[in-house]
Amino acid sequence: MATGRSVSNNAPLLEVRHLRVEFPTRRGTLLAVDDVSFEIAAGEVLGVVGESGAGKSLTGNAIIGLLEPPGRVAGGEIRLEGRRIDTLPYEEMRKVRGAMMGAIFQDPLTCLNPLYSIGRQLVETIQTHLPLPAGQARKRAIDLLKEVGIPGAEQRFDHYPHQFSGGMRQRVVIALALCAGPKLIVADEPTTALDVSIQAQVIALLKRLCREHGTAVMLVTHDMGVIAETADRVAVMYAGRVAEIGPVREVIKQAKHPYTKGLMGSIPSLGHRADRLTQIDGAMPRLTEIPKGCAFNPRCGQRGLRCLVERPNLMTAGGSLAACWLHDRQGVGGAVAGELADA
Amino acid sequence: MQSVAVLLTVGLVSFFLFRYVGDPVNAMVGQDTPAVEREALRVKLGLNDPAPIQFVRFIANAAHGQFGLSYRTSEPVSRMIWERLPATLELSFCAAMFALLVGVPMGVYTGLYPRHWSSRTLQAISLIGVSLPTFLIGILLILFFSVILRWLPSFGRGETVTIGWWTTNFLRWKGLEALILPSITLGLFQLTLLMRLVRSEMLEVMRTDYIKFARARGLTNRAINFGHALKNTLVPVITVTGLQLGSLIAFALVTETVFAWPGVGQLFIQSVQFSDIPVMAAYLMLIGLFFVIINLIVDLLYFVVDPRLRGQMGVRAGAH
Ligand SMILES: Nc1ncnc2c1ncn2[C@@H]1O[C@H](COP(=O)(O)OP(=O)(O)O)[C@@H](O)[C@H]1O
Ligand code: SF4
Ligand SMILES: [Mg+2]
Repeated sequence: MATGRSVSNNAPLLEVRHLRVEFPTRRGTLLAVDDVSFEIAAGEVLGVVGESGAGKSLTGNAIIGLLEPPGRVAGGEIRLEGRRIDTLPYEEMRKVRGAMMGAIFQDPLTCLNPLYSIGRQLVETIQTHLPLPAGQARKRAIDLLKEVGIPGAEQRFDHYPHQFSGGMRQRVVIALALCAGPKLIVADEPTTALDVSIQAQVIALLKRLCREHGTAVMLVTHDMGVIAETADRVAVMYAGRVAEIGPVREVIKQAKHPYTKGLMGSIPSLGHRADRLTQIDGAMPRLTEIPKGCAFNPRCGQRGLRCLVERPNLMTAGGSLAACWLHDRQGVGGAVAGELADA
Repeated sequence: MQSVAVLLTVGLVSFFLFRYVGDPVNAMVGQDTPAVEREALRVKLGLNDPAPIQFVRFIANAAHGQFGLSYRTSEPVSRMIWERLPATLELSFCAAMFALLVGVPMGVYTGLYPRHWSSRTLQAISLIGVSLPTFLIGILLILFFSVILRWLPSFGRGETVTIGWWTTNFLRWKGLEALILPSITLGLFQLTLLMRLVRSEMLEVMRTDYIKFARARGLTNRAINFGHALKNTLVPVITVTGLQLGSLIAFALVTETVFAWPGVGQLFIQSVQFSDIPVMAAYLMLIGLFFVIINLIVDLLYFVVDPRLRGQMGVRAGAH
């Protein structure tokens, strides 16, 4: 089993199939997410990594139905517990958000409304989704605050966001995302804005809570260390596509895609020798300049002629899936004349 | 304390106006009054005392609401002002209500649906509202509603009822009718200003992370638009409304002139024509006082709306 965890025979909790996200611009349409497919099982943590601009946030926003216009889902489908959600009308989707799916964004300092107490924001969210009277909603909110480790939860209930530190605010945000009991949380770089010393605590908390509540997580992060400790599976994104996806151990120990191998070069904490790992030269192409063939080919040391003309889709590569011709029976084709110059 | 400083400054300006613009004695006596009589009058009015003493006396009197006698009518200035103050206050109040009750909802609407054709239309019309001068709006309204349609009166307060020293327009139908055109005239500029302000604030707030997070929590549109977004636009709206309320009272004089509205603004214009310095000085002090009072109220409202300002005396308890 890919997840290392028992998964029931039912449909996965979340299914993303051939997702495409576009931005119409004056100079033509930008395809920012191109044919992305993955699934998340109930209770599973899927890590999503990749350079800035790879399309991680757009994928997450598409899932929770909050793409900012003019961005839009241009193709594919998203299913939650088998029910298609990318085509739901706004009001239907609103009821799914918060109740079935929560989201945690990057900056805890700006995600809370400064004018309302955290208690009010919690109770408001709970009562939007659950038919609880005020007293019980309040109790649930206080219990959650205790669960996320806010000391003196009863007194802190009536405090305003500015009275909390960054780490505490992120805990409140986690409580808000969890308060109506969703089955999936999309966490987009939830600790990037925090002090390094607090990041690990917050991630540990998120992991523990989701395990206890049986909540699945799509955890977007730059930090391979966090992925290694937290995720069950990892998806590596590059230039709007999934480059590799597989169980966390497999991806980290035996990366199949040259890009993933390069990425691993930037994590010191995994017990690998740095000399074995290649540093990736160059930068991810802009959306308007994605090369023909494999999007990674200008930076890839193993590319062949085929990589320049034909785009690889995800294919089986050991225990993972990788979008790389190295794992195809016919390989990368003939050697490319010259160094990495002409692409 | 700041307010006291403001009032003293206004007092100083009024005083210099009082002291150095024109010679009040000339205004009070005839051409052929002998110099001795003039001098006697100067002494009686205290005009020969050193300036600082005159200033202190002026301020002390002002603090008691005493501004002396009008050069023009020889009535006590304070009584002239009191008689006309209700007219100005009621007019300014109606204009402010009109601006708030129409301008804020229009701002919210155009901010929430910036691309809708009706928002674009309102936005375009509001540009005209900002650029047309008040007297022109007043004249156009009179032309249309009084002269052509004959629906509404074009001048005066209509019927009023006197309660104590306060005369009010609110208790008679004819009084209310008379309020309509002047209030619209006076409030239109503020309305467009408020609408544009609320619109741009709404647009800004709707882009914030906490609104996005509120959506992610699945809150209803109503809760997001009015509970979360609108409340966050309140601080700038309160600031501007406060400032504008002050200028409404101050600029009521144009509207009062156009509509022959018997308020303090009209009184001021008449006083200027007669160099009736005590009245002008009193008027300036009064306007200054209003600005100060409004500022205090605005500060109080900030306190009510924004917990971050309240928090300054609170503690960052438990923060690590
Ligand atoms: N509003 C927008 N208009 C045009 N392009 C956008 C917009 N938002 C995002 N993009 C593009 O989409 C790509 C993916 O963005 P994003 O999902 O935010 O990346 P990340 O993986 O860093 O989260 C980026 O290259 C960015 O240029
Ligand atoms: S498909 Fe070719 S260019 Fe792309 S990653 Fe694999 S080897 Fe490199
Ligand atoms: Mg991102």
